[in-house]
Amino acid sequence: METTKNYFLMDTSVMLGRSLRHVFRSLDTIITVTIMPIAMMLLFVYVFGGAIQTGTPKYVNYLLPGILLIAVANSIGYVSYRLFTDVQRGIFERFNSMPIARSAALWGHVLTALVSNAISLTVIVLIAVIMGFRSPAGVLSWLAVAGILAMFTLALTWIAAIAGLSAKSVDGASVIAYPIHFLPLISSAFVPTKSMPAGVRAFAENQPVTSFVEAIRALLSGQPVGNTIWIALAWSLGIMLVAYVLAMNVYKKRKA
Amino acid sequence: MENNSIQVIGLKKSYRQLHVLKGVDFEVEKGSIFALLGSNGSGKTTIVKILSTLLKQDSGMAKVNGFDVAVHPDKVRQSISLTGQFVAVDEILTGRENLVMIGRLRHLKNPHDIAKQLLQRFGLTEAADRRAGTYSGGMRRRLDIAMSLVGRSPLVFLDEPTTGLDPEARIEVWKMVKELAGNGTTVFLTTQYLEEAEQLADKIAILHEGKIIVSGTLAALKRLFPPATVEYIEKQPTLEEIFLSIINPKNEN
Repeated sequence: METTKNYFLMDTSVMLGRSLRHVFRSLDTIITVTIMPIAMMLLFVYVFGGAIQTGTPKYVNYLLPGILLIAVANSIGYVSYRLFTDVQRGIFERFNSMPIARSAALWGHVLTALVSNAISLTVIVLIAVIMGFRSPAGVLSWLAVAGILAMFTLALTWIAAIAGLSAKSVDGASVIAYPIHFLPLISSAFVPTKSMPAGVRAFAENQPVTSFVEAIRALLSGQPVGNTIWIALAWSLGIMLVAYVLAMNVYKKRKA
Repeated sequence: MENNSIQVIGLKKSYRQLHVLKGVDFEVEKGSIFALLGSNGSGKTTIVKILSTLLKQDSGMAKVNGFDVAVHPDKVRQSISLTGQFVAVDEILTGRENLVMIGRLRHLKNPHDIAKQLLQRFGLTEAADRRAGTYSGGMRRRLDIAMSLVGRSPLVFLDEPTTGLDPEARIEVWKMVKELAGNGTTVFLTTQYLEEAEQLADKIAILHEGKIIVSGTLAALKRLFPPATVEYIEKQPTLEEIFLSIINPKNEN
């Protein structure tokens, strides 16, 4: 046990290097993950935006947090897919018969999701700036936004890991992304929840994505964040913990 | 103390109602080539998975390089390497990167030098910096086996290493296995090709319906059967011999 533990960081960094190469050598995945949300942003700002009343002067300012979360939700299908192919091709079997830290292979994929999302989210923010997005937020607020997005990514990635490890087919592996795509749509990401019928509104206001949207929006617009940031953190920690335990369980069971 | 690389006693494994292994016993001598023969689904891969710590047995004992696989799986992992039934190379990485990655994961000092040597030894130097996804089946298998040799484990498992290879690639793999054993590595080989066991193995065991029904050297197995009668048959070249001599005229065998 000792020897493998000491090498955990080293092994994880080898795994991270490996799966980053995968991402950069199949740039289409980054492009899809980045372009889809940008297309949505263009559509909402220039097509629907005029008809949406948000109470903010620029709709793109209102919209950006939701678009960033959608981009993350988009990307997790690929995490499932990459994990699934590793299982399918016997690569995990090879790793598991070697004296390396057990969870390093999984962490490599999870950290890769963080890095590739950081890239695509930066691109999306830059496009938003070109479209007129402005923010009074200082460095600290931006760091907080980055932190919230990272937590959101981690939580979703571990859910994706469960799907990738337990799926029986490629389609099964990536199907996890669909319900998660919908969550940002039924939140305050695109329109204020006030306009929704009571039942939907209750759901929208209490589902996890809304707390992320609100926290990021408050940080970017220089408003007081209040509780939202803590609610968002609690959600992400809770989801991450449960999903991590489940994913590790599935991972270990694969060998039994 | 230990003259055996592998010692298996009363190994049992079931998948729900399916009793795959019903009490398997065998030993593999250090430095030898051991071939486990059996038809598809006979449980060869299950044995390999238990011995390489990927799967837990239901009962019975298995020791690899002196360590009980159920008690010290981490010790076992340090002294083995596994080439699974399906080629497990990373297709997005190049051949060189695949080897360097395994070297790093085995915490070796100079993974680049080791990769270079193995690429040369396995005739992959020219293709070294191409993605493994562009390799032919034979090249992939060679890379796959090369990856198992990174770190020079004293015991190498090869689970059906030649299934799906063309005759030429198969002969290459055979050559590599012989070389390995020549350097003192113990090779545990599973195969469904009788000829392969005959060509390579010092000792052969036949797994049938969950048990080892016979085991021994080829000569010993031959003695179990009635003595050969002498018949005169005109020797026709096999299609394989014809194929090999056409594509590779220098190679007489």
